[in-house]
Amino acid sequence: MTTFEKIANILKDYINCDLDDIKPETTFESLKIDSLDMVEIIMNLEEEFSVTVEDVSEIKTVGQLVEIIEENRK
Amino acid sequence: MRRVVITGVGVISPVGNDVTTFWNSLCAGVCGIGRITRFDPEGMKATLAAQVKNFDPALYGMDTRAVRRMDIFSQYAMAAAQQAVENSGIYGQIEPERLGVYVGSGIGGMTTFLSETDKLREKGPNRISPLFIPMMISNIAAGNIAIRYDAQGPCLPTVTACATSTHAVGEAYRAILHGYADAVIAGGAEATINPLAVGGFSSAQALSTSQDPRRASIPFDRERAGFVMGEGAGILVLEEYEHAVKRGAAVLAEVCGYSNTCDAYHITAPREDAKCAARAIAEAAKEAGITDRDAVYINAHGTGTPLNDKSETVAIKAGLGEKAAYAAMISSTKSMTAHMLGAAGAVEAIVCALALRDGVIPPTIGYEQADPDCDLDYVPNQARQAQATLALSTSLGFGGHNGCLAFRPVKA
Repeated sequence: MTTFEKIANILKDYINCDLDDIKPETTFESLKIDSLDMVEIIMNLEEEFSVTVEDVSEIKTVGQLVEIIEENRK
Repeated sequence: MRRVVITGVGVISPVGNDVTTFWNSLCAGVCGIGRITRFDPEGMKATLAAQVKNFDPALYGMDTRAVRRMDIFSQYAMAAAQQAVENSGIYGQIEPERLGVYVGSGIGGMTTFLSETDKLREKGPNRISPLFIPMMISNIAAGNIAIRYDAQGPCLPTVTACATSTHAVGEAYRAILHGYADAVIAGGAEATINPLAVGGFSSAQALSTSQDPRRASIPFDRERAGFVMGEGAGILVLEEYEHAVKRGAAVLAEVCGYSNTCDAYHITAPREDAKCAARAIAEAAKEAGITDRDAVYINAHGTGTPLNDKSETVAIKAGLGEKAAYAAMISSTKSMTAHMLGAAGAVEAIVCALALRDGVIPPTIGYEQADPDCDLDYVPNQARQAQATLALSTSLGFGGHNGCLAFRPVKA
């Protein structure tokens, strides 16, 4: 499974939506994910991928989130 | 002079999750108490509680996301609020600036507090949920309800332990009376059937340790030995009378008196002379214009602790005078719902309104042994067909908080 697929599945379970609703260009705003949700989602991802994400404020789309997680895994 | 009426009610309770089921249960003497299933109570002094049954937040417009972001006390509050708002038909019929929310909780999101404390211990401070604080704080039920109904007027969650929602309803009544709002969604919610709260109330020697659900919550009985923990929510829509009439709303009862006093005496025990609770009763009754001709129903605080019921009986006699006290019909519906703590006052205000509407006084069930210290008419064991003209609801909380509300049938 790619990083995107893994993250999409986590998001799907978190907000209870269809997997098809989540694409790289999908914004968190359109998924009604606010900054509180975002911090909680990042916490889950940090455990899942064994990474640390410092700043979440600039992450607007699912694709940006995938990039940041992948960068941190290196 | 503005007047304040009740145009909607909603409950989540141990004896029903809608007003009709709840009221039918109370009139039939149904007891909501049983062995605790929310956690394993083995080894606890108190093993009984009155739990809400079959609660499904999806029935009240809360999706997965909403549920994830609300402690169970907020979910109960939202469910009762939805019932009350639908019942009143107020939504969309009032300017957002003129709609308020006065919904409190005695304790707040204790379930969330416990689970996040576990997380702190197991995973450290950096894994505490960002939703922890906004789920746990006791004002957040009011915040959530205001968001749902776009209520931009006054929002004031009270926190006065077991008197919380009597004060919420009373302060809402005053806010409308004095012109600060035209309608207020008012009440309280509580959800603390967990080992920490049961253990804490047990240590404070407040809880009954009876194993018999029929003899555990026995207000005013000589063998009473503490309260039984309940949970749930009660919400009322209070509305300015002319506002309600203009939009053709059905009116359940009129709120016509309220008082708030403090014992200023002890953190948990009531004053033996009960003079401050008596003053609350006297002031609310006076504001409602009580006369010798009134047929009075009192929904007592009646927790079933030895001290409360004795001093409350003293308070009723001192507050109304002996003659009126002996003539009054008094019941503690906590014999059926157990003690819903911060939700109790609002739920019991709803009981008063329904008793006035239907001409039925719900009983104090489980009553067997008369107590010379509690010698009033507690409407034992059977509901009574009787049309009260004035209903009072008393609430007395840890901290010495006393509250009394007064209701009358609506006259045009």
